[in-house]
Amino acid sequence: MTPLTGYLLIAALLFAIGLAGALTRRNAILVLIGIELMLNAANLNLIAFWRYSPHPEALTGMMFAIFSIAVAAAEAAVGLGLVIQIHRHAHTTDLDQMNRMKG
Amino acid sequence: MLTQEEQTVAFKCMSDCGPAVITQLLWLIPAVPMLASGVIALLKQPKRKTASTLAIGSLAFSLLLALIAFAHVLSGWASGKAVRETANFTWIQVGSSHVDLGWVLDPLSAIMLVMVTFVGLLIFIYSTGYMAHDENYTRFFCFLSLFAGAMLGVVIANSILLLFMCWELVGLTSYLLIGFWYFKPSAAAAAKKAFLTTRVGDVFFLLGIVWLFGQTGTLLFYNGGSGSMELSALTGLLQQHAAFGLTAATAIGLLIFAGAAGKSGQFPLHVWLPDAMEGPTPVSALIHAATMVAAGVYLIARVYPLMQAGALAGGTTTSLTVVTWVGAFTAVFAALIAVAQNDIKRILAYSTVSQLGYMMAGLGMGGVAVGMFHLITHAFFKALLFMGAGSVIHGCHEEQDIRHMGGLKKYMPLTFATYGIGMLALCGVPIFFSGFWSKDGILEAGKHWSVSSAPYYMLVFGAVLTAFYMTRQVSYVFFGAYRGHAHPHESPKSMTTPLAILAFFAIALGAIGTPAWPWFSAFLGNRASALDLHAFAEPAWLMLLLTSCAIVAVGIGISWWLYGSKSPAATEPDVLERAVPPIWAALRDRLYMDELYGVTVIAFYSWWARVADWLDRRVFGGIVSLVAWLFALWAKLNRFLDTNVVDGTFDKSCEEISTGGGLLSSLQSGRAQTYLRILALAVVALAAILIWSSRA
Repeated sequence: MTPLTGYLLIAALLFAIGLAGALTRRNAILVLIGIELMLNAANLNLIAFWRYSPHPEALTGMMFAIFSIAVAAAEAAVGLGLVIQIHRHAHTTDLDQMNRMKG
Repeated sequence: MLTQEEQTVAFKCMSDCGPAVITQLLWLIPAVPMLASGVIALLKQPKRKTASTLAIGSLAFSLLLALIAFAHVLSGWASGKAVRETANFTWIQVGSSHVDLGWVLDPLSAIMLVMVTFVGLLIFIYSTGYMAHDENYTRFFCFLSLFAGAMLGVVIANSILLLFMCWELVGLTSYLLIGFWYFKPSAAAAAKKAFLTTRVGDVFFLLGIVWLFGQTGTLLFYNGGSGSMELSALTGLLQQHAAFGLTAATAIGLLIFAGAAGKSGQFPLHVWLPDAMEGPTPVSALIHAATMVAAGVYLIARVYPLMQAGALAGGTTTSLTVVTWVGAFTAVFAALIAVAQNDIKRILAYSTVSQLGYMMAGLGMGGVAVGMFHLITHAFFKALLFMGAGSVIHGCHEEQDIRHMGGLKKYMPLTFATYGIGMLALCGVPIFFSGFWSKDGILEAGKHWSVSSAPYYMLVFGAVLTAFYMTRQVSYVFFGAYRGHAHPHESPKSMTTPLAILAFFAIALGAIGTPAWPWFSAFLGNRASALDLHAFAEPAWLMLLLTSCAIVAVGIGISWWLYGSKSPAATEPDVLERAVPPIWAALRDRLYMDELYGVTVIAFYSWWARVADWLDRRVFGGIVSLVAWLFALWAKLNRFLDTNVVDGTFDKSCEEISTGGGLLSSLQSGRAQTYLRILALAVVALAAILIWSSRA
C-alpha cells in the first residue's frame, strides 16, 4: 500500500462521514457541517494527488485547494446566513419542515 | 292579304326610307297610359278626379299619337308606298344570341291603334259616369289605364316576345278587372276561371313562340328581310317537317292559333268569356267586347304570313282551314246559346263569342282585311251595345235580368235609340249599318272558299240566330210594359254622349268597306282603291244582298212574331221553352259545356290533386319520415358510443394520466435531502458500474 492510497482512503472515509451526516441529519447546521466535511475530503484528495504527481513543483494542486477552501468559506458563510434567515422566518432549522418547494 | 311580291316591295321601301320620327316615338302610345296607371296606383283613394283625369288625358294623348301615326301610314299609302316601318333594338345579349324587341308601324297596327285608343277613350269617359258611386274609383282607373297600355303594346309589337309580354299583361288586367268586385264570390270565381282558361291557350302560344324562335333564330316579325314573317324564314319553316305530316310552319301556326283561341274565346276555350261579365260593364265593353278579345284575331292577322305560308294561288293551308272551322263552329255554337239566356250582359257575351267566330272564319277564308274589318266594326257596335246595356243596368238599379225590364224606350229614349242602332248593326241590316258590310265580306269569302261550303251555311245560320236573339233581347228590354220594381231613369250625359258617338260610327264605318269602294282591304293590302259603283250591280253581290236581306228578315221577323211587345210576366216561361222544353233547357244551361269541363278536366285535376296529395302524404312523406327516423337512430347509436366508448376511454386515460402525474409529483417531495439521497445512490451505482467495467 502506497502512502497515496492511505491518503485516499482517509479522504474517502471523510467524504462518506460527511455524506452520511448531510443525508441523515435533520438539523440544517449539521447538514452544512457534513457538506464542509465532504468538501475537505475533496481538498485532501487534491493535495494528495498533487504531492504524488510527476510534477509536484508546479503548485497546481495547492492552488486548487486554496481556491476550494476560499469558496467553501464563502459557501459556509452564505449557507449559515440562509439558515439564520430561515430560522428567523420559520423558527426552526428542521429540514423536513422546509418542504414548501414541493411541486 | 300580302303576297310575296308585295312583301319584297315592303323591304325595299324600308331600306330606302328609314323609320320616320313617329315610328321612333311609337312606344309612347302604350307607355303613356302605363305611366299614368303607375301614377294613379300611388294616388290616395279620395283623389278620384285626379285619377280619372290622368287616365283620360293619357289615353287622349295616345289617341293623338295614334292619329299622327295613322296619318303617316295613310300619306305613304296615298303616294303608293307600302309603309312598314320598324324600330328594333336588342334587349338582352348573351354571347352571340340576342333577344330583340321592337315595334312596327304598318296599316294593320295603325288601324288597330286608332280603334283601341278611340273606343278606349270613349269607354274611359263613360266609366266616369258608370263608376261614379264606386269607392274604388281610383283603383278602377289604374287597372283600366294599365289595360290600355298593355293592349296598345300588343298592337305595336314587332317582336313576338314583346307581344307575348303585353299579351300576358292584358290577361292580368282582365283578371284584375273581372274580379274588380272581388267581394262577390261569383266575380272572384269568374276572374280565376278567365285567367286559367286563357292560360291554357297561352301555354300553346308560348310553345309556338319557342319553336318559332328555335327554327328562325329571330323574335322579330319584320327586320329588313330576316324577320320571322319574312320570305327567307318562312321558306325555311316550310322545309322543316314536324309530326303527322305537318310542316313546322303549320304546327307553329296551329300553336299560335291555340293562344289566340284562348284569348278570343273560341270553342272550346270560350267558357271564360260569358262569366267575365261579372266585371263592371265598362270593363265588359272595353276588354271583353271591343279590344282584348279581339287581340287573338289581331294576333292571327299579325302572323298571317306564317299562317298562309305554302298556300298556292287561290288555295288555303291546313292552319287556315283549322281557323275557319273553329271560327264557323264557334259562331253557330255561341249564337245558339245566346238565344236562351236571360241576363242582358250574358246575351251580349255569347254574341261576342259568336262574332269572334265570324272574325276567325273571315281570317281563315278571306284574309286579313275581311277578318280585321269585322273586328273594327264589331268593336264599335259591340262597345255601343255593352255600354247601352250598362246604361240600362244603371237606369234599372243594377237589374240584369231582361225578364224584369220592359218598356224602357219610354224611360230611356237616348239609350234606346243608340242601342237600337247597335242591335241593327250587329244583326247586319243591309246597306245602312256597318255590321252588314263586314259580315257580308265574310259571307262572300265563305261562298268562294275552295275547301268546303259548309262554313258558309253555318255562318248564314249563325246570322239568322244573331238577328233572332238580338230582337228577342230588345223586345224584352225596351218594348212592352215595365215589369221591374225600380224607377228606371235615363243615364247621365257622361254615359250617353259616348253612346251617341259610337252609334254614329256603328253606321258610318260601313262606308270604308263596301264592294264599290273597298278602301279598308285596299289600305291593308296596299292596293289603290277606286270608287266603282258598278260593283253594286254585279249579280253575285246582288245575290248576297238578297241573302242578307232574307237572313235579317227571317231572324227579326220570327223573333218579333214570338216576342214583340208581348211583355210576358217575369215568372212566365219563355215562348220557346213551352214549345221545345228539352232543347231550351240545354241551351239555357249553355249546352252543358261547364258541366262537361266539370266532369272531365276539373274532375281529372281534382282526382290528380288527390293522387298528388296521397303521394305527398304517404309516399314522399313516408320516405322523408323514414330518412328522419334513420338519422335519429344513427344519432342514438352515436350517443351510446359517445357516452360509453369514447367518453369511457377518454375518462380512463385522463385518470391514468392524473395517477401518473400524482406518482411523479410524489417524487418531488420538496425535501432536498431526499433528492441528495437519490443522487448519492446514483453516484454510488455509477461508480460501481465504472469500477466493475474497468476491472472487466
